[in-house]
Amino acid sequence: MWCVTRLELSRLFLSPFAWVMLALVQFLLAYMFLSHIDYFAQIQGQISAIPGAPGVTELIVAPLLNNAALVLLLIAPFITMRAFADEHRNHTLPLLISAPLSASQIVFGKYLGYLSFFLLQLVLISLMPLSLLAGSAIDFYQLGAGMVGLALLVASFVAAGIFMSSLTTQPIIAAVMTFCLLFLLWIIDFAAASAVADNINWLAWLSLLGHFQPMLAGQINSIDLSFFALFCGVFLLLTIRRLDAVRLSQ
Amino acid sequence: MTILLEAQNLSRHFGPNVAVQNIDITVKRGEILGFLGPNGAGKSTTMKMLSGNLAPDQGEIRINGFDLLAQPKQAKAQLGYLPENPPLYRELTVSEYLQHCARLNGLKGTPLNLAVATVIERCGLGEVSRRLIGQLSKGYQQRTGIAQAIVHTPAVVILDEPTSGLDPQQIRQIRELIREIANQHSVILSTHILPEVEMLCDRVQIISKGQVIFADSLEALHQQRHNSSLKITLLNPPPLSELQSLADVSSVELVSANQFRIFFKPGSNPTEVLLSNAVSKQWQLQELLVEQDSLEDIFMQLINSDPTTGAID
Repeated sequence: MWCVTRLELSRLFLSPFAWVMLALVQFLLAYMFLSHIDYFAQIQGQISAIPGAPGVTELIVAPLLNNAALVLLLIAPFITMRAFADEHRNHTLPLLISAPLSASQIVFGKYLGYLSFFLLQLVLISLMPLSLLAGSAIDFYQLGAGMVGLALLVASFVAAGIFMSSLTTQPIIAAVMTFCLLFLLWIIDFAAASAVADNINWLAWLSLLGHFQPMLAGQINSIDLSFFALFCGVFLLLTIRRLDAVRLSQ
Repeated sequence: MTILLEAQNLSRHFGPNVAVQNIDITVKRGEILGFLGPNGAGKSTTMKMLSGNLAPDQGEIRINGFDLLAQPKQAKAQLGYLPENPPLYRELTVSEYLQHCARLNGLKGTPLNLAVATVIERCGLGEVSRRLIGQLSKGYQQRTGIAQAIVHTPAVVILDEPTSGLDPQQIRQIRELIREIANQHSVILSTHILPEVEMLCDRVQIISKGQVIFADSLEALHQQRHNSSLKITLLNPPPLSELQSLADVSSVELVSANQFRIFFKPGSNPTEVLLSNAVSKQWQLQELLVEQDSLEDIFMQLINSDPTTGAID
């Protein structure tokens, strides 16, 4: 399994694609980070008088991580689109299939490869809030919860992306499908808000955002953890099934 | 001799189309089996099934004693496969790629480095080992594909049309490489090129429309050749009827003004009569050739005598 992860990572980092993505995401978020700081510096004088006013973590770190989640939602499909679609298109899948590996090892190996790429991105992102330590104290628990939330969110993006990639031979179709799915699960919240409140609100339960927001505020609920675990599990299982189905295809 | 690969009763349908039907294959240690057939006969489908890339509808495949369907991991560890399109990652260098392939097949540490170094040397990839695969010529890419199939020293190597799309020089080099590989591994070679089978293989299976129509050694295939015609060149030829009237001659065909093709009945030979007549009647004999049925002819005969072909046509 690790050999597949390693292969995937080395292929990712040998293409300029991964580096460009890392750099551009970092650039975008740095710009947002700086504008949040700017805003905070402006209102700092006014809010310092109010007792119990929100601090640096709530006003800078939480919005930054929220933005990061949105940016990652936009770019994740373009990274994960290559996972299987590219292999299908370049006829390289037989290399993995005829190696002594099971379908689940191939899928998990690839998943971990892409996930490590995004975790690296998260480490880079977390450097920004940590740089605030130079001038201020920050709430490590809230930052930690936010990062865990972001990591789980990204793990879900990758799982969905890999599954979509296994459905098609055109990477770009995989990217568009992943993006649509993720975006739908993101904005489904709006529909949920207008739904009748006394019903069991399954639309709200499906929302990725709805499970991420509490973590951003520093709240780790087991219901959110299980949602992300289920989400990843379901898509990875579907991918394994799909890979097996290629062998059985009519 | 040990049987390394044994497939029985393999069948595969794609929707209503029968791609392969009831094919049996056995390969013994150190043997090259040629899998021959026209395009679309089911060669690649069979190779995909043998390598675990396609599940057969029926039948079983055993590789070095392991059932490919029941114990896929153990079976695949004994197998090297080069598909029709070599599975190459263009952004890796040759040695990086081979290291990953060895790792995928469970090699680690020193044995891995040793295996990669050996295979680079065996396949003559030394001078390109640090170059990107995407930049190599088709011949070197094909060699890298072969290297990938043998890096973990599998018992059986399956090569699907390894020489397609190469120039004659490259084809010759790849054939030498295949012959060299056969010293250590059993090889199944699928091809539609007859001379390739003639040069390389110990045994041949000919497949047409998904069914095996000939399976025997190469000698047996050669024995199917008949001597049935002579080609002669005469500077001072007699009239056609005079040649036709000679003993044992069944018919004469005019190739050009001075060249004749003389057909004779099986079991007889008019060479003697022809020579003595040519001398005594001063036909000025320049050339006399015994013509054999070429492998192509046998191939075509076998394919055309296949009963299913007749039924469909």
